[in-house]
Amino acid sequence: MSVLIFAEVADGAIRKSSQEALYYGAKVAEMMGTTATALAIGSANTDALAAAGRFGVTKVLHAADGALNEANSMAYASVIAAAAAHEGAKVIVTAKSTLSDGVMARLSGKMKAALGANVTDLPDLSNGFRVMSSIFTGKAFAVTELKADVKIIAIKKNAIVPVETAALATVEAFAPALNDADFSVKITGQTKASGAISLPEADLVVSAGRGFKGPENWGIVEDLANALGAATACSKPVSDLDWRPHHEHVGQTGVKVSPNLYIACGISGAIQHLAGVNSSKVIVVINKDPEAPFFKAADYGIVGDVFEILPKLTAAVKAL
Amino acid sequence: MKILVCVTSVPDTTTKISFTDNNTKFNKAGVTYIAGPYDDYALSRAVELKEQFGGTVTVINVGEADTETMIRKCLAIGADDAVRVNAVPTDAYFVAEQIAAVAKEGNYDLILMGRESIDYNGGQVHGIVGEMLGIPSITPVMKLDIENGVAKMYKEIEGGKQTVEAPLPLVLGCQEPIADWKIPNMRGIMTARTKPLRVVEPAANDVLTSVDSYELPAARSSCRMIPAEEAETLIMLLKTEAKVL
Ligand SMILES: Cc1cc2nc3c(=O)[nH]c(=O)nc-3n(C[C@H](O)[C@H](O)[C@H](O)COP(=O)(O)OP(=O)(O)OC[C@H]3O[C@@H](n4cnc5c(N)ncnc54)[C@H](O)[C@@H]3O)c2cc1C
Ligand SMILES: Nc1ncnc2c1ncn2[C@@H]1O[C@H](COP(=O)(O)O)[C@@H](O)[C@H]1O
Repeated sequence: MSVLIFAEVADGAIRKSSQEALYYGAKVAEMMGTTATALAIGSANTDALAAAGRFGVTKVLHAADGALNEANSMAYASVIAAAAAHEGAKVIVTAKSTLSDGVMARLSGKMKAALGANVTDLPDLSNGFRVMSSIFTGKAFAVTELKADVKIIAIKKNAIVPVETAALATVEAFAPALNDADFSVKITGQTKASGAISLPEADLVVSAGRGFKGPENWGIVEDLANALGAATACSKPVSDLDWRPHHEHVGQTGVKVSPNLYIACGISGAIQHLAGVNSSKVIVVINKDPEAPFFKAADYGIVGDVFEILPKLTAAVKAL
Repeated sequence: MKILVCVTSVPDTTTKISFTDNNTKFNKAGVTYIAGPYDDYALSRAVELKEQFGGTVTVINVGEADTETMIRKCLAIGADDAVRVNAVPTDAYFVAEQIAAVAKEGNYDLILMGRESIDYNGGQVHGIVGEMLGIPSITPVMKLDIENGVAKMYKEIEGGKQTVEAPLPLVLGCQEPIADWKIPNMRGIMTARTKPLRVVEPAANDVLTSVDSYELPAARSSCRMIPAEEAETLIMLLKTEAKVL
């Protein structure tokens, strides 16, 4: 019986967002007096997978069948179920993502597993199995008991701060039989903003709203983001107006982020926007209107014109 | 084309969340309930597809009688009939079981849901229903067209999007901009009153999770204001005081 962690693979290595899941899974294993095994699906470099050991897992199962290179929620759920059976795992851990959302829901259906989503802390095993989940889009938390025999935990970013060691995990090939029926969904194309820092994974985020007046003014937002090594985000009207791509919009109906630093520029702070960002560790608000509601949710604020303030901040970051 | 749209009743997006009974119950006092915003997109696309191909749109909700106002609004937007499974929607697996049971009777070409409910944000029901019916589930879908029985879609992935296609039947978790939100017109509101709304009892009763208690996030300590003339000191504070740089 071990704890199984679904480790998402990108560019041949385990995604940064999954490192937290590895560490979290290893911690849960420690609490349960067992070991943690990671499962990596799709083509990946063996040395990169062995590095999962740094986060406390002892073994990595690698399902490298070429048919699995394209993320496919049905096939991935089947492979995870097979790996759980192989390891006798009753607890399965993942980082929440657009991929794992679809995969874990199917796995819950397949294994009749209790799924805790948006988990923000280690479980409480003192009497049953309880997790703390973020609900109402970040506006509250629920202590939820996972009552089924098999439990799935999908953690929110920043649920745990990994501590790395120099340990390496052993990597084992894992080749369960694949089922043709799992492959009826065909991926016919993909566009990805390459090189850019992925918003859900980012530690630092610079976000801009309708206060910027038009897409031609995003240069100063990008300058600050680049200087900081931050991802860029925006409010909903900005993506509705097509000033920025849809996947940059944060909030109730957009991406939910919980970075260490969220800098909101020219965003009023509507409740639906706050919902997606209020679990950020530190929030900075820059707005020319001192009455903007966002200041009430901020740790640091500057009342001023974004067109003047942002270049000053960029220069200050470069001078660090 | 036969389409089933799953709609959940959730507190309006501007709701201030609070709890009662020693933080064990959600405080419903003064809360306005709406159809989940993502479910609204799913319904709007279903109505558009019906306009294009003919067929029927059925709305299903797992909920108690107080969700019927919301269900009537869905009928006013253009659904033909509705099913309410008379039960408290205790958890995703339980809700999925009810939807799967109704779906099995109906032989739907498409089962459209929202990407996630905005109360528990699970994003689970579509995947579980897909698994229970043995058909694919795809989420979050931002564009959906049907050509010769094949659904052509694009879905969001981290930092981009993917185009995918699959034969029907399918379960989809929808999000904008899959359709424009529709608002009911006068004629819709009038006809909605007489459209069939069938109430059925739950088919199964597997509940895998239960909430013990709730908590509100700790309030942020007051905001430290920095004069615009000294904007650059912010960066120093973020480094030395907040320690996030
Ligand atoms: C169901 C529903 C779901 C929603 N979901 C989301 C969501 O997920 N995410 C989201 O963001 N919104 C969402 N909204 C919309 C939300 O209610 C607000 O309308 C939106 O967040 C406002 O965006 P904004 O702050 O960019 O624009 P505005 O409200 O127009 O604010 C612009 C701000 O910029 C400031 N400003 C203007 N010029 C300058 C300048 N030169 N320098 C400094 N400051 C300046 C202004 O003072 C103002 O505060 C949702 C709404 C609904 C009804
Ligand atoms: N009680 C319910 N009744 C009908 N459909 C629901 C219910 N709960 C969830 N759904 C559907 O499942 C989707 C995903 O919900 P969830 O898994 O709870 O985030 C929602 O957007 C709805 O389309």
